[in-house]
Amino acid sequence: MTLDVSQFVGVFLEESFEGLDLMEAGLLQFNEDDPEAVNSIFRAAHSIKGGAGTFGFREVSDFTHGAETLLDQIRQGERPMNREISDTLLCAVDCIRDMLRAASDGGEADTARLLETRAAIENLLGTPPAEAAGQDAVQDAEQAAAACGWRIVFKPHADMMKTGNDPLRLIAELERFGPLSVKTRADALPSLSDMEPETCHLHWEIELQATADEAELRAVFDWVEDECELRLESLGASSDAPLPAPAGGRPDTGGTPAVAARPAESARRNDASSIRVAVEKVDSLVNLVGELVITQSMLNQVGNANGEFDVAQVERLREGLGQLERQTRELQEGVMGIRMLPISFVFSRFPRVVRDMAGALGKSVELRMEGEETELDKGLIEKLADPLTHLVRNAIDHGIESAEQRVAAGKPAAGQISLKAYHQGGNIVVEVADDGAGLNREKLLAKAASQGLPVSDSMPDRDVWALIFAAGFSTAEKVTDISGRGVGMDVVRRNIEAVNGRVEIDSAPGQGTHIILRLPLTLAILDGMSVHVGDQTYILPLTAILESIQPSTEQLGTVGGVGRVVHLRGDYLPLIALHETFGVEPKARRPEDGIVIITAASDGRAALLVDGLGAQHQVVIKSLETNYRKVPGISGATIMGDGKVAMILDVDMLLRLRHMH
Amino acid sequence: MAKILAVDDSASMRQMLAFTLQHAGHEVREADNGKAALDAAQAGAVDLVISDVNMPVMDGITLVKSLRGLPAFRFTPILLLTTESSPEKKSEGKAAGATGWIVKPFNPDQLLATVQRVLG
Repeated sequence: MTLDVSQFVGVFLEESFEGLDLMEAGLLQFNEDDPEAVNSIFRAAHSIKGGAGTFGFREVSDFTHGAETLLDQIRQGERPMNREISDTLLCAVDCIRDMLRAASDGGEADTARLLETRAAIENLLGTPPAEAAGQDAVQDAEQAAAACGWRIVFKPHADMMKTGNDPLRLIAELERFGPLSVKTRADALPSLSDMEPETCHLHWEIELQATADEAELRAVFDWVEDECELRLESLGASSDAPLPAPAGGRPDTGGTPAVAARPAESARRNDASSIRVAVEKVDSLVNLVGELVITQSMLNQVGNANGEFDVAQVERLREGLGQLERQTRELQEGVMGIRMLPISFVFSRFPRVVRDMAGALGKSVELRMEGEETELDKGLIEKLADPLTHLVRNAIDHGIESAEQRVAAGKPAAGQISLKAYHQGGNIVVEVADDGAGLNREKLLAKAASQGLPVSDSMPDRDVWALIFAAGFSTAEKVTDISGRGVGMDVVRRNIEAVNGRVEIDSAPGQGTHIILRLPLTLAILDGMSVHVGDQTYILPLTAILESIQPSTEQLGTVGGVGRVVHLRGDYLPLIALHETFGVEPKARRPEDGIVIITAASDGRAALLVDGLGAQHQVVIKSLETNYRKVPGISGATIMGDGKVAMILDVDMLLRLRHMH
Repeated sequence: MAKILAVDDSASMRQMLAFTLQHAGHEVREADNGKAALDAAQAGAVDLVISDVNMPVMDGITLVKSLRGLPAFRFTPILLLTTESSPEKKSEGKAAGATGWIVKPFNPDQLLATVQRVLG
């Protein structure tokens, strides 16, 4: 029978990549005093090696062997960990990842790097490189001088059965080599009263008519070789030469491995983007669906068999609908939860990024991470990876000063970068902060002026910092190879805004720069508030709303150059009348008859004038661009409960539109 | 056929064991570490245990020792999954009371042949 194991390759690759991430993280924060940490790194390597061999990735398993041996020695305390070893092992992790990736998408692994890393590992282990695999073959060939029959004396130790080994089964197994004659010797059998049923008192003399070689026969007893006496005597060599063992001579009990069936191809088949979901999450969904079915039957019973409705049942109907609403919401949250992954999926790469990059720049940088368990949409995680990497690289390259500069400035020699993720309202907030030199206001202004951007010396700090997000703006005097060239902070901002997020920046000279990314929880659903303007309904993202007020006449005014403003607790906020922006006939002709919503945007606060507030909704975002075209000030559309379409407002854009007017 | 408990912390290895053994008509239960296996073993009859050695929470050697301490498992065959690189694990496993071992990597036919060896 040949079974195809290639169907498990997808799972194997997935768990191997996870194992590699674990090894990498473990190596980066290696601590000799934590034996469980060393063990788990070793286990990951060990599992990859075992699985790789089984699922047909022989080179991966061979390659991993060296790394595993090194880790085993460290785990046993035979070899202390040092920087050289951890660097080599990290390279090995890269190589294994590279090989598995090549295997899964049919690409090529970096052979030069493989050989180099392999040599480094062998060098560390002190083993001569690439010993010939022929040794076994020689040995086997020697033993192949077989006989035409064997006399075997098999004398189990008294305890042999306690390891679950049955002597009769072992003898029966010899039968596959040829006819047997077996004598049972009961000389050592004690009297019945002294006999222990769990002890083996017997031994056997077996004559086997077969041309098997000794190694093959001994292999039958390999599990019990320390638990028995075993003597094999040849019954005279046969005149016809024994069947020559095929080159290598190894008794191949199983035939050619089924796994030879191109694992790469099947991996590709299984590679469709997938999510691993905790069983509990699925169980709770199934549970919810069960509850929904119950609610449905409850609602069915509200009408009688003739399809007539009994007024007395109104209360029951209301109860049923209430239940339905709650369950629908829970179901929705549950289904969205399936798409949620912890942000550690992105964060986990940074210890390596920081180590490698700080090493290359000769800087000393410590990385602190917080809130790695914060969950967000899988799609967002993927979109967050590049901007975050860019921000971290930037912080190391341009933010953190050299150790000498830092010490001269009275700061600790090692710079610090912190990554933090947390929920705030319906948002995910990701912060990247460094304690480096901070942004240089003068330099930014000069650079902006030279690029023809409209700047003035009196600009508030926040507006100056925001300049680094302008297209093609780079403040580093020289472009380093490491943080790359061409792609700048404008791309970061565009990427974040493309997923309905916002970027904020704060900086203090000598104290560092702090960048805050605010992202929606998911790309598919938005928590919003409906607002009314004339006969239209708009959805305002909840994350943008700070408060709403009914303005008094004294609060409204006009400031030259800014236009209409709302005076709120000492601040003047620009007033945007939505009916003017969208050309709608308003119900409230005068602002004091309407409602003013104070919103937070990337560029500061603003006040939106609307006729009235509706209710809070979770709305499903439909793209306006795919279905119609891009409309300035609108980020998308949604369908309301009554079937009408409502536009979702883009507050950042509304504010920018206003500046253009 | 036989009731087999398959123990490995690697999901792919577990799935491969279960698939192969079920295909041969065995009933398979799975556990992802020694501790879970010990619980599973006490929850129902088991004719054969196949376990990985290196696992988190409780390793295979400790599992063998613990199982041999249970009256129901004094003579139950227990096979350890070892790699050719760790011969010392074989003797360590034997000393703990393991019946035998299956050397990784193995293919389904080798697995079934070995299982056949202990189940007859």
